[in-house]
Amino acid sequence: MKKVRRRYLALEIDSGELFDSREFLDAVWSAVLKLYGEYGASRVGLALIDYDMEKRFAVIRTVHTAVDMVRTALASMTRIGNKPVAIHILRVSGTIRSLYTKTKK
Amino acid sequence: MKRIYADLHLYPNLKDSKHVSQIISKASKLGYRLIAITFPSNLTEEEIRRLRNISKEAKIDLASRVDLKPKTPEELIYNLRKLRRRFEIIAVICESKNVARQAAKDRRVDLLNFPSLDFRRRFFDKAEAELASNGLASLEIAIKPLLTLEGPARIRLLSNLRREAAIAKDFHVPIVISSGVSDETLMRKPKELAALASLFDLDEASAIEAVSKNSVAIVKRNRDKLSSRFVAPGIRLIRRGKDC
Repeated sequence: MKKVRRRYLALEIDSGELFDSREFLDAVWSAVLKLYGEYGASRVGLALIDYDMEKRFAVIRTVHTAVDMVRTALASMTRIGNKPVAIHILRVSGTIRSLYTKTKK
Repeated sequence: MKRIYADLHLYPNLKDSKHVSQIISKASKLGYRLIAITFPSNLTEEEIRRLRNISKEAKIDLASRVDLKPKTPEELIYNLRKLRRRFEIIAVICESKNVARQAAKDRRVDLLNFPSLDFRRRFFDKAEAELASNGLASLEIAIKPLLTLEGPARIRLLSNLRREAAIAKDFHVPIVISSGVSDETLMRKPKELAALASLFDLDEASAIEAVSKNSVAIVKRNRDKLSSRFVAPGIRLIRRGKDC
């Protein structure tokens, strides 16, 4: 079986409100679902790797073929629950270690 | 050379200077180096200068923009004559076919904007694109409706934008992607705007050009024309001096 190449995305949650990890991930999934449907969402391989509610920082994982889909879905997010939000991608990387190194820089 | 990203359509509440400052600094933080704010046509030079100073502090270049919404081609021509030398960007909101056609062929128009969601009232068809390709106008696509609309309305909009982007590409009409927002939370990074363009099948390279090269080219061209050194297209004053 071919090895799955993954990409890790460091995200900034730009909002005056705080959200727990569940709310955040549900919102990301629903944005992907809204734009690409269930078939598209099944190809994204989305997972939440790290979430810091206070710092409004998250790391998600996706397969490398779906980075553009995830980027678009994240850009289309305007709300989590009923609260306004914008999700900005800080970095995209192939390994978690390099992601954190690049993000800290 | 580092790419310059531009958002040529920001819409802050100009009466609220705090809001204007917030929008400008947010744009700078998101990675834009050039923005255009839509001004009312009667805004004084002093007010524009004050906003330029705010943007200078945020290390971002501000271009002045006016949106014209004429009802007839004659009204468009009249407004262009009156305002062309005052603003760096002129966008025409095309709400009738006659106005759209006149705007596409008039070389004083920079941006063609089609706000209607009704596909019968979006006039960017092949004839319009052909006129625009002989002129200087670019097709402006504002991302705000893509973020705020949902369901069937967004589906219809996407299908219209897909058709228009394909026509623009076929006729070599530059596309400019801008945010068109007045709300900070709807502002996106340039690469995020480009990512949203993939929803209407714009390839990555064209989308990046639409938020950088195409927008910057409009401002540069008009600044050259508005400068006191401009004589005619291709001719500019290099140095003043006595006769040889």
